[in-house]
Amino acid sequence: MLAIIDYQAGNQTSVKRALDHLQIESEVTSSPEALERADGLIFPGVGAAGQAMKALREGGLAERIKTLTKAGRPLLGICLGCQIMLDRSEENETETLGLLPGENLRFRKELEDCDGRPVRIPHMGWNTVKFIKKSPLWAGLQPSDQFYFVHGYYPSPAKELVMGLTWHGLEFCSVFGREGLWALQFHPEKSGPPGLTILKNFDDYCREVK
Amino acid sequence: MLSKRVIPCLDVRNGLLTKGVKFQQNLDLGDPVEAARRYYEEGADEIVFYDITASAEGRGIFLGVVERVAEAIFIPFSVGGGLSSVTHMRDVLLAGAEKISINSAAVKDPWLIAKGAEAFGSQAIVLGLDAKKVPVSASIPCGYEVVINGGRTPVGLDVLAWARKAEELGAGEICLNSIDADGTLDGYEINLTSLIAGSVGIPVIASGGAGRPEHLHEALSRGQASAVLVASIVHYNQYPIKTIKDYLASKGLPVRRL
Repeated sequence: MLAIIDYQAGNQTSVKRALDHLQIESEVTSSPEALERADGLIFPGVGAAGQAMKALREGGLAERIKTLTKAGRPLLGICLGCQIMLDRSEENETETLGLLPGENLRFRKELEDCDGRPVRIPHMGWNTVKFIKKSPLWAGLQPSDQFYFVHGYYPSPAKELVMGLTWHGLEFCSVFGREGLWALQFHPEKSGPPGLTILKNFDDYCREVK
Repeated sequence: MLSKRVIPCLDVRNGLLTKGVKFQQNLDLGDPVEAARRYYEEGADEIVFYDITASAEGRGIFLGVVERVAEAIFIPFSVGGGLSSVTHMRDVLLAGAEKISINSAAVKDPWLIAKGAEAFGSQAIVLGLDAKKVPVSASIPCGYEVVINGGRTPVGLDVLAWARKAEELGAGEICLNSIDADGTLDGYEINLTSLIAGSVGIPVIASGGAGRPEHLHEALSRGQASAVLVASIVHYNQYPIKTIKDYLASKGLPVRRL
């Protein structure tokens, strides 16, 4: 069973629907027992970093997530969930979970697209990811596959954690982590078949290492 | 590099499509959920639903449609038509849509944009903007006037000024529909599209007038649009999404292909 961490930050139900479609057992929950019982955790999120961290701290969830991941429980962060895994964010100047070293930066208005025009912010729509490190999570994907992004800030983790790169006025890190602790800036639950493949691969991984 | 999006638009009344949508093998579908599933499988980048039912009862039926769509497709979709309060917006988002499109209600109460953006984030708020060409005047300096109620009622607002204001208030995207081009199949109104897309920093979806893949290319290149809304051009199976994407790619535009 996968636990989708519920901290009132938006897209838990989209993730749940995608997992249901894949016939992967899951639960949207913040209960300590359910998180403890889960084979893996999915950390979703839409919204602003400041508000999300407030919700995570108030419910004691921040500490629980840290403890579980330290003990080796697999975790997949999505969008805001991915950004919150780092130390801090320029968004609301917020200190975030610090599961992995790095920070989140704002897309600057000065950035230019390939045609010399300013890029549109937020970065919204379909884009490719250049996967630069191997992982069981991208098994079966093609280099031409695209993923759905919606964000105004981007992760900038420690260099050795960078796993995938995407271009939007600059080349930013769109996938990072290490084995068992992965972060995706895009929404796999809204990225059609390749996104569903990643969710399926994550579930397979969680059940293997259980 | 960010792909240009192709977005089929489906009109729903009392839970059914207002006009059937034809797919391969002359399959004619009236169920919005099945039509959405087909477009998802054919490679649509997003889908827009307009609820043209006005009644409270119709709204309830429509929310059921939104829920079933959310279970069937795994790409973003947006919903518009008669949304006039933050409560309505929340209902639709909770039912599973990613974005809500507001039009007349935002003209009547611009703060609705700000309230929606604050509650759900700018990425969830699309401003639907219907524009009509008029003589340039002191009150309409850009030569396009905002109209509401499906194009019937001019409101005396300059389209460019309104687009900029909506961006300031927190709209995440503008779906820009030309009332003059709508239904003509003669192509998008490119002057209007490039005027607005060149003046705001948020993505603009061109709408109204698409009849051939060349029209889409024009809106996405010269028109500077980030996305194109398509209806008749795809609904009658004349140009499947794949044919359209292949054409756009052959012209050098970044598109997502399955």
